[in-house]
Amino acid sequence: MAAPAPADFRTRLQDWLPKLVLAPSFAVTILFVYGFIIFTIFLSFTGSKMLPKFDTWVGWANYHRLFSLPEWNIALKNIAIFASLYIIICTAIGLMLAIFLDQKIRGEGGLRPIYLYPMALSFIVTGTAWKWFLDPGIGLENVMHQWGWESFSFNWIKSNTMAIYTIVIAAVWQTSGFVMAMFLAGLRGIDNEILKAAQIDGASNWQLYRRIVIPLLRPAFLSAFVILSHLAIKSYDLVIALTNGGPGRATAMPATFMYSYTFTRNEMGVGAASAVIMLMTIAAIMVPYLYAELKEKK
Amino acid sequence: MRGFKGLKMTMAAALLASTASMAVAEDVEVLHWWTAGGEAAALNVLKEDLASKGIGWVDMPVAGGGGEAAMTALRARVTAGDAPTAVQMLGFDILDWAKEDGVLGNLDEVAAAEGWDAVIPAALQAFSKYDGHWIAAPVNVHSTNWVWINKAALDATGLGEPTNFDELVAVLDKMKEAGITPIAHGGQAWQDGTVFDALVLAQGSDFYKAAFVDLDPAALGGAQMATAFDQLLKLRTYFDDNFSGRDWNLASSMVINGEAGMQFMGDWAKGEFLKAGKVPGTDFVCIRFPGTQGSVTFNSDQFVMFNVQGEGKKAAQAAMASAIESPTFQAAFNVVKGSVPARTDVPDTDFDDCGKKGMKDLAEASANGALHGSMAHGHGAPAAVKNATYDVITAVVNGEYSDGASAATALADAVAAAQ
Amino acid sequence: MSAVTQDTSVSTGRVTRAFIYLVLILFALFYLLPLYVMVVNSLKPLPEITGGNMMALPREWTLEAWGSAWSTAQIGVSPTGLKPYFLNSIMMVVPAVALSTMIGAMNGYILTKWRFRGDVWVFGLMLFSCFIPFQIVLIPMARVLGMLGLAGSVPGLILVHLVYGIGFSTLYFRNYYAAFPTELVRAAQIDGAGFFRIFWRILLPVSGPIAVVTIIWQFTNIWNDFLFGASFGGVNQPMTVALNNLVQSSTGVKEYNVHFAGAILAALPTLFVYIVAGRYFVRGLMAGSVKG
Repeated sequence: MAAPAPADFRTRLQDWLPKLVLAPSFAVTILFVYGFIIFTIFLSFTGSKMLPKFDTWVGWANYHRLFSLPEWNIALKNIAIFASLYIIICTAIGLMLAIFLDQKIRGEGGLRPIYLYPMALSFIVTGTAWKWFLDPGIGLENVMHQWGWESFSFNWIKSNTMAIYTIVIAAVWQTSGFVMAMFLAGLRGIDNEILKAAQIDGASNWQLYRRIVIPLLRPAFLSAFVILSHLAIKSYDLVIALTNGGPGRATAMPATFMYSYTFTRNEMGVGAASAVIMLMTIAAIMVPYLYAELKEKK
Repeated sequence: MRGFKGLKMTMAAALLASTASMAVAEDVEVLHWWTAGGEAAALNVLKEDLASKGIGWVDMPVAGGGGEAAMTALRARVTAGDAPTAVQMLGFDILDWAKEDGVLGNLDEVAAAEGWDAVIPAALQAFSKYDGHWIAAPVNVHSTNWVWINKAALDATGLGEPTNFDELVAVLDKMKEAGITPIAHGGQAWQDGTVFDALVLAQGSDFYKAAFVDLDPAALGGAQMATAFDQLLKLRTYFDDNFSGRDWNLASSMVINGEAGMQFMGDWAKGEFLKAGKVPGTDFVCIRFPGTQGSVTFNSDQFVMFNVQGEGKKAAQAAMASAIESPTFQAAFNVVKGSVPARTDVPDTDFDDCGKKGMKDLAEASANGALHGSMAHGHGAPAAVKNATYDVITAVVNGEYSDGASAATALADAVAAAQ
Repeated sequence: MSAVTQDTSVSTGRVTRAFIYLVLILFALFYLLPLYVMVVNSLKPLPEITGGNMMALPREWTLEAWGSAWSTAQIGVSPTGLKPYFLNSIMMVVPAVALSTMIGAMNGYILTKWRFRGDVWVFGLMLFSCFIPFQIVLIPMARVLGMLGLAGSVPGLILVHLVYGIGFSTLYFRNYYAAFPTELVRAAQIDGAGFFRIFWRILLPVSGPIAVVTIIWQFTNIWNDFLFGASFGGVNQPMTVALNNLVQSSTGVKEYNVHFAGAILAALPTLFVYIVAGRYFVRGLMAGSVKG
């Protein structure tokens, strides 16, 4: 791909300029991300409690303790349920709303901010509104009963097995609008000429989207997937505000676990070990996907 | 990056200007989580007091999770080499910081001059002193083994104030018959822990100390602990269906409105009752948890002093410590906060009935050696152990254990693993 | 550019259109529900909330909570309300968003149009950085900021947000520019246009929609960040920390009406960005430039 052998200084500069401009970003990423990851890996082998202490080498003890904690295993199970549902539902809703909004909709300018606004609100407070809304005693169930629908029951948030799904609902509410915006940007980047050409060939709307538009949105899917995975893994505020990991430990997540052990329980070594496991899991999922997604176009 | 540098310079200039305007005396920078409502207003009393002595107050409020967020911010500040002057802290967090070399300051001079040793209960000193040196100034004492009962609901049962567990159950049964929720409870780990603290204390002051302060494995896994867990399982049957995740103050409202009979909660709950216009003694009654009369479990907010550099800063720090321990501030602050003063020689004239009772109980319990740090509030054991007990207690409240004995065994194991 | 149109050339039948409107409106209701709870309760006096039905309309309408959240509620020891914290946040968020968006656009441009050996690796490493848990960043970052002398300052906060925003902004722009025809860049090169000139004249004019997405994302995240703001903000605490201080009373009375009013006030700048930025969600910019 690189340009042919440089002829003069100006061309050579043109050849180096892109790398020069990219270099600072790359350097800070290496230092502040990968440097810190290595730091954390070291930390996970130490007996650090409140602040990092590198003179207390404990080997694999933190990892043994980590996997002996029931809360960690619950957290892993929860993130698997939560992340897969959340990513699929958000992508589906986001794509659908984007395609629908792209049909010359009157009032698009009004609908777009309505779909987007949940992301603007700090969940520390919105969590309270959701908590009330989902609470059978004061929220939706109570309202339905008052309206005369006595048999209506919606008590997921109080149930050990269903509470995790209420977090999915709130999380979808919060970010599906943004996924819509990402797809909308993608849709509006597609050349109308391509669509017209396909219509002349007699393609139906359904075929048009399935065969042409959605494949063209592939990079937008990559963005959406990365953003949603990032949000799923880091969902902290959401869980704290909505259930605080409860009932009991039923909605513990790796992010809450990590924070709790690193900062609340003063077991920084165990917290670091959990962070390392999380990063490795993410890498195991993301690397093959990125490989497939990025190699292809070379 | 040019814009970045330019911004930095304007910022520096702005910062310079703002410090120059108040550079009359050295400032104290205070990290705390009394950020909202009455307690923040109460802290303003301290700020004004210091201002009258020419000491400025740089406020660094960080709320969240009962101080967890502030402790996280503190770690960042200390790691960056930029520790505040004074930090609000609870219980074992203080001792954890004290173990770090050279991080904390020293208040021995002020303490000696003002005779703190004589007026601050020994159980509090266990947290305010490390290695024989004063490192923190205690602000207040909250006692956690209170019961808040709706007076009308209690009168309706025809029974008196319960004094032991059986009488409590009798009252609860009557309330249940009357069609109200007997116990207003919020299913959050620390609230579960608060109730369980009281049950363990009801097994005896010495037992509480053995189990939750000395962490004796025999006591933690033994028969008395099993009884306490069985009682917790019993109390659990008097909760309503929607208890999990409820904020403590919404539980208080249930008692205030008469929807529920009683709540087990620390003395801060009184603020909710007062704010709703209720009068102690006529609308609601405050009693010690049945079986814990004469004993008190407490938590105490303290201002921990960090090692600041320079004579001026040290002097400002000492002045702040002295102001915190002055009887006038102790009274003014605690009347608002609902807690009781950290020193036992403050006159109780400004306090209401529940406050007076709290002060009397504290002095008595302290004299009898029945004043213990609350496990649920980080004054029984370090954070890792506290949270390990939460794990078991919360599991019991949420029905993961069917009998007290297996829960007690699990508790002993969890505490051992967390140490 | 006069031929540019907002609309897709896909057309739909009447029944389909009715269905589409129905779905869009139902979703709008779903998104608005929690806002209803918040607005309704922010307009009630406190006893009506704790004592009554939290879903019901106020019996007594009052704006008191809004006034309190804006200018009189306690935030720390001073009863200032949220008002003074807006400026702190804006001083942090504007440079951080502008810089990270510009850098992301350049990176995306290089990674798609000036490809070099190993560029996929560079992108992969930057992309994976999006997943770093902020909790593990906190302590080492504090150390670095301390060494740079930036701890507890606005420039320090900007640096932190910039560092952890680049991965995202690069991702957005790279994936957007990937669909842009490289032939146009090559043609411009042959015409003698340089690196920056091509970016400025060819790529930047078509970047509207993705710039909007990036700005929305960065602005939201930086504005709503709590952990970094509380840890590295020093005395210049940003909005979110103040809002948190307003609502997280440890053992005091919880004034829900003030909390809701405060949360909505705190979100207004972000909503403003959404509405203004949304106007640049236009179709056909890219098509226009392709046609030259």
